Amino acid sequence: MESRPDVIAADDLQIGFVTRAGEQAAIVDRVSLALRHGVSLGLAGESGCGKSTLLLALMGHAKTGLSVTHGACRFEGRSLFEMPQEELAGLRGTRIAMVPQNAGQALTPTLRIGSQIDEVLRFHTSLTPVERRERVLDLIARVQLPAPAELARRFPHELSGGQQQRIAVAMAVAVDPVLLLLDEPTTGLDVTTQLHILELLRELADQSGTAMVCVSHDIGVIARLCDEVAVMYAGRIVETGSADDVLSRPKHPYARGLLASIPRLKTGAVPEPIAGRPPMMGSMPQGCRFALRCDHARDLCWAEMPPLRDVAGGAVACHFAEELGPWQRPHDIAATALAAAGHQPVLRVDDIAISYDRPGLLDRFGLGAAKASRAVDGVSFTLEHGEVLGLVGESGSGKSTILRGIAGLWPLAQGAITLADGSNLGGSVDERPRDVLRRVQLVFQNPDASLNPRRTVREILARPLAIYHGLTGEAAAPRMAALMAEVRLGEEYLDRLPSQLSGGEKQRVAIARAFAAEPEIILCDEVTSALDVSVQASILNLLADLCASRGVACILVSHDLAVVRAVARRIAVLYRGRLCEIGPAEQVALAPRHPYTRALVGAVLEPEPGQVIDSDGGLIIDHGDEAGGCSFRGRCPRAIDLCAASVPDLLPVDGAHAVRCHRVAAGTV
Amino acid sequence: MTAGTAPLVPRRRFLPVWFRDVLARPSGAIGLAIIVIHLAIALLAPLIVPYDSAAQDSKAMFADPSWQHWLGGDHLGRDVLTRTLMGGREAILVSTMATAVAVLWGGLFGIFLAFAGRFVDEAAMRMVDAMLAIPWILFVMLFVAGLGTGIGVLIPILGISYGLSIVRVVRAAALDVVTRDFIQAARARGERRSVVIVHEMLPNVLDTLAVQAAMTWSWMLLGFSSLSFLGFGATPPTPDWGLMIADARSAMMVSPWPALAPMVALSSLIIGINLLSDGLAKALGVDRMTKSAV
Amino acid sequence: MVRLVIQRILSSIVTLALLTVFVFFAVELLPGDTCTAYLGRDAKGDRLETCRENMGLNRPAVERFADWASGAVVGDFGVSPYRNKPVSEIVGWRMRNTVVLALSASLFGIPLAILFGIIAGIRRDKPVDMALSSISILAMTVPEFVSATLLILIFSISLGWTSGVVTAPADAPILVLLGSTILPTVALALVFAAHILRMVRSSVIDIMESEYVAMARLKGLPFYWILWRHVLPNSLLPAINVIGLTVAWLLGGVVVVESVFNFPGLGRLSVDAVADRDLPLTQCIVLILATGYIGTNLLTDLASLVLNPRLRTFRG
Repeated sequence: MESRPDVIAADDLQIGFVTRAGEQAAIVDRVSLALRHGVSLGLAGESGCGKSTLLLALMGHAKTGLSVTHGACRFEGRSLFEMPQEELAGLRGTRIAMVPQNAGQALTPTLRIGSQIDEVLRFHTSLTPVERRERVLDLIARVQLPAPAELARRFPHELSGGQQQRIAVAMAVAVDPVLLLLDEPTTGLDVTTQLHILELLRELADQSGTAMVCVSHDIGVIARLCDEVAVMYAGRIVETGSADDVLSRPKHPYARGLLASIPRLKTGAVPEPIAGRPPMMGSMPQGCRFALRCDHARDLCWAEMPPLRDVAGGAVACHFAEELGPWQRPHDIAATALAAAGHQPVLRVDDIAISYDRPGLLDRFGLGAAKASRAVDGVSFTLEHGEVLGLVGESGSGKSTILRGIAGLWPLAQGAITLADGSNLGGSVDERPRDVLRRVQLVFQNPDASLNPRRTVREILARPLAIYHGLTGEAAAPRMAALMAEVRLGEEYLDRLPSQLSGGEKQRVAIARAFAAEPEIILCDEVTSALDVSVQASILNLLADLCASRGVACILVSHDLAVVRAVARRIAVLYRGRLCEIGPAEQVALAPRHPYTRALVGAVLEPEPGQVIDSDGGLIIDHGDEAGGCSFRGRCPRAIDLCAASVPDLLPVDGAHAVRCHRVAAGTV
Repeated sequence: MTAGTAPLVPRRRFLPVWFRDVLARPSGAIGLAIIVIHLAIALLAPLIVPYDSAAQDSKAMFADPSWQHWLGGDHLGRDVLTRTLMGGREAILVSTMATAVAVLWGGLFGIFLAFAGRFVDEAAMRMVDAMLAIPWILFVMLFVAGLGTGIGVLIPILGISYGLSIVRVVRAAALDVVTRDFIQAARARGERRSVVIVHEMLPNVLDTLAVQAAMTWSWMLLGFSSLSFLGFGATPPTPDWGLMIADARSAMMVSPWPALAPMVALSSLIIGINLLSDGLAKALGVDRMTKSAV
Repeated sequence: MVRLVIQRILSSIVTLALLTVFVFFAVELLPGDTCTAYLGRDAKGDRLETCRENMGLNRPAVERFADWASGAVVGDFGVSPYRNKPVSEIVGWRMRNTVVLALSASLFGIPLAILFGIIAGIRRDKPVDMALSSISILAMTVPEFVSATLLILIFSISLGWTSGVVTAPADAPILVLLGSTILPTVALALVFAAHILRMVRSSVIDIMESEYVAMARLKGLPFYWILWRHVLPNSLLPAINVIGLTVAWLLGGVVVVESVFNFPGLGRLSVDAVADRDLPLTQCIVLILATGYIGTNLLTDLASLVLNPRLRTFRG
């Protein structure tokens, strides 16, 4: 390594604000780190740990209301927060650049793409307008976007999420910065697009020797992109080291807990949650902030804050790091509790189709699409007693729509859904008898929206108890207490409003509400997507336990294969409204047959460094509505003429494992 | 993404909290104080005024402020102080009752439209838009031309015309709530529509409605005073601020007091109500810059 | 895009039609009619019958509506019973005058309001903003007749700069009229400009806090550039819409302000008409002003439609 000054270094940096009571509250608390040229560092941690604030500080920026209360942040030796504004503006865009979290929001809607890239060049280089134009086109090509000349004239809203993100990257590397800052670079992108963006970043960094700092809550992204990792908790760095060291041999109890709570596709174990919740601003304990939740905490931990000290293979902020012994990766708890022997199916979905069309008066003009596009088409499956079925797909695959169709919130265009005793679920909610409604319950993705913000938890739970069981007031109290105990919430929560609960706690209430009805089937729609990883683990555990103990079947919808693999007995994969593969979880996750599933599985990023990506999804080009034929053929590397001619049938290839693909059926792939 | 960062504060219900929050802010506290003072004066005026509001004294015509007439006398020799103190009674009465009418009919209709079928909703909103195209003062004047003036005409007409913009705002707020998942969850439970409206939706729309009510009250006051000024509101010899300003206008060169006193009184009350509604909006977290027509 | 424009125009026409129906039938549904209103206490017996005959009130309502509406399109609003003249004659000059007043208030008020709104937004919470915001709040809450009267008190009576009452007759040439309209213009512009100022300020503040402006800062662009190319286009766009809506205040304010200054326009006329219980005249004025509102809103909506970036494509 050359002995140049560090690209960027934080020196005992503290960023915070003064509370109404006049106390100092720190979001970034005495953090020191140093980054050398050409190295990429990942900042890992959950929400509220201060990583985003730290990232902005590396650019000399603090959000309104926050300020540097101690220490400094130095770029190539110069203190960023003490520089005059013009000098700082001069650095930004030229030597330090940022790729923001939500590229769509970070692009000005009224300016064309080309102009927005051109701005950076105009103010930070001395190129002539003609040279600038060439450079802009060159940059767009460099981020692997087609037809640069045409794209440069587009407005931001004309680009897809992935394209917007690439443009954000292009703007950032326009003047070859020495340091690139990335704020959750892949949020909101599909798994396959995510992979491509990361590849691009890696390539660009390697080519130009740019140093990178990447903030992400997704450890898989960090594992893929970064050489070094720093784990943050409650405003402090608790562990640093090379990616390999930190992710394979974590030393700090929190880092270990975090890594144990991530569901992994390969092993399929139910992830382990970390008990408790992070300390809140204003009530930070004196000693180690993780002590409350740590299994190994001792007196010294409560009394004194452990400093970040060097140990073999990195640095750790724990008094007793050496004594903890080697880390056991979560072992494979084969989903025995969930592998109920074949019982009679409790739900039968038969060739259903659901469409979004709503003919308006103006549709009388252009006849247009005679057959309105179907969100769900020809889907059939059964759900067995006590089983968890995972439904996986990207956005727009129709997975949530299927749940709403089963729940009766969307009408079916064709097909039938029946329960075990033959009761038909086809009609809408208004047509179903109360008992049928009771047996099928829905849990929504966003607990902020699914709980009435003006009702206390008690009132929220009282509704289903009253409607389905006729229990009110005193008679309902014991049932309510039992429900709260089952979702592991204390009774003091009953009198709280949703705004006083954390995300995980709200979701537990939503689950309790669903189970209050004593259903046979629970439909879970992305119930963990809005939660932090460790909280997600606790919810998954809860769901698995409740379903097993009560013998309730569950359909778990998620875009995250690993989440589904952790608790499901079978997995079904959806693409554009059609089932393309369904089978036992292990088989689908480890030995997928359908080309789409293979692309999905291949693009999953495990939190392990040095992963070999085996994705043959190719560059994703989305074709419009293809009439007839397999809907995946536009992206399929194995498509043949037959695929354009007819839709393949869902045929079994191996016992309970079925695939919808001409070539798989013919055995040619 | 959320972790365990929610504060553990004691349970809050709708009523006490907003009240305390409003008072905690300077705008809310000052506004409320002004309103209370005005209401007290309006209620107690007949008991505390030094003169009869209609008593004319030719010696006091255009008199300057003196110990006998603290604010001087008007063009008919009546005591300005007395008339100013009494001047808010009718205005406050009319505006309060008209606001109640507006909020009731506007709120109910707005919520109803959020649940109504598309055709009914569109047809109704078109009609509402057409009626809102008429500047409110002309709307009221049209009916006054046909029916004559008087409290019995003004309260319903003012109520109907201001209710129109409340319909717009409440409908928008209700539509926003309707799409949220907890309403879907209630539907999925098989709850009847009326139950969903009352139980789930109403508490969430009340915030918006409360702020609208406060704003409407201030507009009503302004409206009634303007009508009185033009001669279509309070009838002489009733002491009313708008009427007083109209009368005093032509003789302002001689004495400004008969015009200034009611102007200050009226403006202070309207400002007080506006401050309160500002404080209320901030306390409840409602966005006041609603894009409504009035 | 063209489809949206046509839709919007059709929508306005529908609103206009509904408005006409409302103005006519609202009066129909009230107890009494034009004659009972106009005659007041004398509304009985032969006098009533004769009046009704003359006004043609004995025909069915729908027929009269069709007559009236079709007449309105060409500017014929029937006859005023009180003044015994065709309504259009009475209204003629007054309409021109009100248009002059409204236009001068707009030309004066809108640019100033936008300019000060931007300044207040950029210098948020600093003294400039506090001053501007307080003034506009005062202008919005104080009733127009109060602020107009105050203006007369200060500028006309105390300082004697200009006369407080407009003495020009209704058919005076425009220049003569303009000479005495300074105070009415300012009074009218006050309320309506205050609303625009607040809206522009709020919009600028919102945009300055947006992610894309933050991004522009993080790209190291100079402030004046960010303001001109990123902030202003995005914050003024919603303002265009609001300008259309605040025209409602302008038109309502016309009634009061014209009365205060005795300006010979539609507003002053409407007060007389209502005082005389002259329904045909009142209906006509209401229709004209409301149509003005619909028309202005149509123009501003179309403008914001054309300028909306989300509707533009790389072709244009």
